[in-house]
Amino acid sequence: MKPDKHRPTVGIFKFASCDGCQLTLLDCEDDLLAVAGAVDIRYFPEASRNIGKGPFDIAFVEGSITTHHDADRIQQIRRQARILIALGACATAGGIQALRNWHDSGEYVRQVYAKPDYISTLKTSTPVAEHVPIDYELRGCPVQKTHFLEIVCALLTGRRPQLPSASLCIECKRKGNTCLLVASSEPCLGPATQAGCGAICPAMGRACYGCFGPHENANAPALAKRFREDGMSEPDLQRAFRTYNAWAWQFRKASEEVET
Amino acid sequence: MRDKAWRLGPEHFGRLISVLAEQGYEVLGPQVDGPAVRWGPLTGPDELPQGIGAETSPGHYRLKQRSGPERFAWGPSPDSLKRWLHVPEECFVHAAQDNGAFHILPGEQPGAPPGGAAPPKFAFIGMRPCDLAALVRLDAVFLKGPYVEEHYSARRREAFLVVVNCTASLDTCFCASMECGPGARTGYDVALTEHTAEEPAAYLAEAGSARGVALIEAITAPRAEPGFIAECREACKQAAAVQRRRVDWRTAPAVMLRSFEHPRWEQTARRCLACGNCTLTCPTCFCVNTIEHTAIDGSTGGRSRVWDSCFTQNFTYIHGGSVRTSVKSRYRQWLGHKLAWWQQQFGTAGCTGCGRCIAWCPAGIDISEEFAALAGTAQGGTGA
Repeated sequence: MKPDKHRPTVGIFKFASCDGCQLTLLDCEDDLLAVAGAVDIRYFPEASRNIGKGPFDIAFVEGSITTHHDADRIQQIRRQARILIALGACATAGGIQALRNWHDSGEYVRQVYAKPDYISTLKTSTPVAEHVPIDYELRGCPVQKTHFLEIVCALLTGRRPQLPSASLCIECKRKGNTCLLVASSEPCLGPATQAGCGAICPAMGRACYGCFGPHENANAPALAKRFREDGMSEPDLQRAFRTYNAWAWQFRKASEEVET
Repeated sequence: MRDKAWRLGPEHFGRLISVLAEQGYEVLGPQVDGPAVRWGPLTGPDELPQGIGAETSPGHYRLKQRSGPERFAWGPSPDSLKRWLHVPEECFVHAAQDNGAFHILPGEQPGAPPGGAAPPKFAFIGMRPCDLAALVRLDAVFLKGPYVEEHYSARRREAFLVVVNCTASLDTCFCASMECGPGARTGYDVALTEHTAEEPAAYLAEAGSARGVALIEAITAPRAEPGFIAECREACKQAAAVQRRRVDWRTAPAVMLRSFEHPRWEQTARRCLACGNCTLTCPTCFCVNTIEHTAIDGSTGGRSRVWDSCFTQNFTYIHGGSVRTSVKSRYRQWLGHKLAWWQQQFGTAGCTGCGRCIAWCPAGIDISEEFAALAGTAQGGTGA
């Protein structure tokens, strides 16, 4: 996208999610005004009641697809967007709500709602990319604001965005953290998780729990083998891989291989 | 200079640190930091580990209490010198746009930290012989070719190297077979060998450079007696004798050429996490990625490099895709480069036998065992 007088139009959309990723965008603080000046934010109900119309040069989509209405709406958004960017663990992997994919969600609905008949939902929570082609993903629960700024900068300048795709260990080692898995046998998901967060948990002595989802070559079953050798029980092993990115196929594979 | 040897007591050790600091060095040394021995600023000998050893095995590292007075019995730390001399991230071009014109801005002096006036002057106290051997290998890459890497060069030139010969090997060490340890041969300013038969420990000091001699003379240590020298040398020899792992590196090019399609690669790829830990802990892995950044308004930008790993998909990404698309091909490339192809380019193996890639691999993949399997030899690996 070449810079010209036309400010790229932007829409920010929400599906099944906690809004944390959208809040992260609003949390850009000093850079927020620069972003708002560089692009024309037409649609961002989280931030403004001024609801504009598409088409959009860039659409950011937060949340997973969980209803028939969602499934229709994501098609409409795709048709209106030149570049579609999935935002966060829900949009890129189905989110924590994808835990329903292994169970009968109808049963949950009957237990939770006084009038279950009013609820119409899909059996699964799925990432945006299972419904429409996407151009980029920003990982994380929530996304990293630096990645949001990076992709905006890159699209404005017409260069390739510098987004991580390899393992968290690379970032963790650059920072100089001592490996928690090797030195303390902490069940760290870092070797199977994509970089991008800045290795904030390992830096605080807390093992990575994989909120950025699997990296490009994640070998989650081999990591599960290591956790088993360190004494992790099968139910704990399943829980370790079934959090925010449970439905990402590499984590799914490892969690489904667990004997429960 | 090797005929000159001194005996350092604890008081000399303290002076060694303070004299280096007075000479303007940023003194760095090993310290216990959480579950590992890590490197950091050193102000006195009391900050060094004492009675601390380490136990390693494939995928495991644990500190162990020892009964003796030894301060240097923990083998290689997870840190190697590349963290300070070939830093994890560095911006080397700053640029600005002014009315459509593109300018390269004057940046820091080569090797200087962001906003710093000059490259840092490091004194490393307690580096291992394998760390020193790794530095010799990085020198060959960055300084000896037709193009000198000026940032590394600026920091390297200033660095004062106090190596401590190993008198204890870890289970993952195989420096003896790589001819990189447990005693240092050349390249240091001062080499120390710990004498632990007395408490507190004493040190045999040998100078490897003129400034090394000057330092030891400045701390006025007495000459070492022949008996003391012999005991220190023997302790170092023992550290070599207990190493179980070995790699017959001179055969590596031939082994690699005949085992390109060996089924072992596929088996190892199934265990490999493609996490890159082996390459990041390796003291000689030097690969970087070059990234560019811009301000939102496009007025300024820069080009940085960051530590990278040949285990990533993007590492070999060229027009049209990645050259090495499978983990198998990447592991083969890495092992082949470390043990075999490096020899063809530089005359030595790229591996120093420090064993970091074995201990710090979460999947416990052992390069010495892998090579033995490829070579089809029983005497490789752990000899099992």
